Amino acid sequence: MNNSLSKVPLFHITRRKELPWYRAWLIRVIAVIMGLILCGIITMFLVKINPLDVYKTMLSGAFGTSRRIWVTAQNMAILLGISLALAPAFKMRFWNLGGDGQTLMGVLGATTPMILLGGKVPNIILILIMLVCAVVAGAIWALIPAAFKARWNTNETLFTLMMNYVAIQLVSFFVVVWENPKGASKIGIINQDTMAGWLPQIGNNQYLLNILIVLVLTVAIYIYMRYTKHGYEISVVGESEPTARYVGIKVKRVILRTMLLSGAICGLVGFLLVSGTSHTMTTTIVNGRGFTGVMVAWLAKFNPIFMILTSLLLVFLSRGASEISTIYGLNDSFGSILAGILLFFIIGCEFFLNYQIALKKTRKEVKIDA
Amino acid sequence: MKGMKKVFALVLVAIFAVGMLAACGKKEEPAPAGSGSSAAPAASTMKVGLICLHDENSTYDLNFINGFTEACEAEGVEYLIRTNIGETQDCYDTAVDLADKGCTLICADSFGHEDYMIQAAKEFPNVQFCHATGTKAHTENLPNYANAFASIYEGRFLAGVAAGMKLNEMIAAGKITADQAKMGYVGAFTYAEVISGYTSFYLGAKSVCPTVTMDVTFTGSWYDPAAEQEGAENLIKRGCALISQHADSLGAPTACENAGVPNVSYNGSTQAAGPNTFIVSSRINWAPYYKYAIQCVKAGKPVDKDWTGTLETDSVQLTEVNEAVAAEGTAAAIEEVKAKLASGELKVFDTAAFTKDGAPVTSYKADVDSDPAYEPDTEVIIDGAFAESKFRSAPYFDIQIDGITLLDTAF
Repeated sequence: MNNSLSKVPLFHITRRKELPWYRAWLIRVIAVIMGLILCGIITMFLVKINPLDVYKTMLSGAFGTSRRIWVTAQNMAILLGISLALAPAFKMRFWNLGGDGQTLMGVLGATTPMILLGGKVPNIILILIMLVCAVVAGAIWALIPAAFKARWNTNETLFTLMMNYVAIQLVSFFVVVWENPKGASKIGIINQDTMAGWLPQIGNNQYLLNILIVLVLTVAIYIYMRYTKHGYEISVVGESEPTARYVGIKVKRVILRTMLLSGAICGLVGFLLVSGTSHTMTTTIVNGRGFTGVMVAWLAKFNPIFMILTSLLLVFLSRGASEISTIYGLNDSFGSILAGILLFFIIGCEFFLNYQIALKKTRKEVKIDA
Repeated sequence: MKGMKKVFALVLVAIFAVGMLAACGKKEEPAPAGSGSSAAPAASTMKVGLICLHDENSTYDLNFINGFTEACEAEGVEYLIRTNIGETQDCYDTAVDLADKGCTLICADSFGHEDYMIQAAKEFPNVQFCHATGTKAHTENLPNYANAFASIYEGRFLAGVAAGMKLNEMIAAGKITADQAKMGYVGAFTYAEVISGYTSFYLGAKSVCPTVTMDVTFTGSWYDPAAEQEGAENLIKRGCALISQHADSLGAPTACENAGVPNVSYNGSTQAAGPNTFIVSSRINWAPYYKYAIQCVKAGKPVDKDWTGTLETDSVQLTEVNEAVAAEGTAAAIEEVKAKLASGELKVFDTAAFTKDGAPVTSYKADVDSDPAYEPDTEVIIDGAFAESKFRSAPYFDIQIDGITLLDTAF
């Protein structure tokens, strides 16, 4: 700082005031275009394929047939569901990295009655039992780290993360208990003949019910976060705990309540995975979406309506990547590289939305906001 | 406003650049677009698809991908390969998507894909579905759903002969006594396929080295390099003079190379990882099966519900013997035993060759038809031998025979 008089730095970074919406979106669009250009250059350079064909292939992979659109929408629904669960916790600045484990516990909660009670109780009751078990299991898994945080102020990031591994071990234990055939370490489709515990189909579309449930959930969470006292308390605790305490919010109670909700929604998604989608239980069924969900929620700034868009983006990138690998005989990783570049630009542009770079000569114009 | 202009300039530059790229890209269009569309649609435009659990970085999936592409190219059909498809609804979604794309033969490589393949087969009766390693085709009885496997136990037996000869050499050289001739085996799960594999390997070794015993450990995963290496190291510590494995990574071969203990491998040569310890490896060659399945579909014939590849169909292969490590005359001995197996003179699971609890096995019911209670349902001892892969292609030998000690059975 002493030599600032003799040496003027090349540029300054200053915080921006709120941008008008059209400029903010212009910056975002530019970021995406620049990302696409870089992806194109890399594609031509590394694999010598016309990048436009690659983008076309990605689009066709995600939306090429009506079935693909349904599958994309179904994957979106699951990812969005987990992201919706994480959003309130993150808004409260409670770093819930346990979405995977909480969803997996939901899967276990739904699978247990499906196997043990399948064919023994009427289907509608079985489905309700599965739903309750899944929600409770997910909620408990989230409540444990929340209780430790509230009582002893333990680090929730590590705690929720570790709980994922405990959940994986529990599930793999029960996979061995229910494996078929013996020693195979897989359960296979549960009640494939009787369809006991399977969510009913609407019309002839298997995934529509899942999608509708998550849609309702999206609206509910939007209202909860935006228009209820609970939602307000969450944002106050997130902004500043001392303020929250000062205005008389019981912080511990808010933490426990919000994590209970977070885990319960994860549990619900676990139920949808078992009862509505896969009808089986494996240790990898959640497939890291508890972490991808963090990105979905952050990108959308915890706004459930925007999260529809961000979850679509992430699902599109992964389905597109898989299609590229099939059509061009490339490894899946190539698609992931492209997706990574695009995400880098999209996330990176948030920096330019919040800050501006002033070059040396315009230094005088820079005013530092308080 | 000044800022706005700058932004607009940037956008213009960006659009210009995109245009340039598009123009550049156009020129390259004649270049071949890769495996999917490279096959010449000359005589037939038949399309086939393969669903893989992982990608070519896994030796298990690579073995399938190689066999599949070899068969497709030989038969001149177009093919699509889908990698990293989990054993969940993903598998069903992928299978029906391949059917939508016009594939008339769809194959999957992982055991856990089976139920989802069956679900897809019911929806597309005009498409043939072939699932390797599965167990349900003979009970589901769908006309368009088939299982396949290979008599890999014969390959294991031959590899076992090589192992037994190495032990004999070590005994003759005074490195170990006849009573210390103990082998170690790293398995994945206590699954019939694994049990059949290590038992046939043991019987192969025993056929030339009668005093041999074996310790088996399980990792609880088909692919876990660290656990496999650790398992092999533990076996070596327990005094095992030779190691083999049924797991897909280089964990066990690496442990053997580090400790200087001979290794009999699986799924292809691991000589690169163990130049001073690798003896020989057995593997399943899937190309004959896929050729057969493609020919069936082309001719409009049903594919055999339970196809079992053998030494004769070239589905069971052994790699070159590593003469630097193997005992003298191993390659010749393997050829000799191979001929006996092919002619039927020698049977791997001859009941005269093994005992259970000190007594020969004269009758045994195996769990051939999968059910949640693992109920044994089929008599499999026929003409003095365990009839492996006769009632379904996937192995069902799961007898714990004498001479083999299981160190852990948690999985």
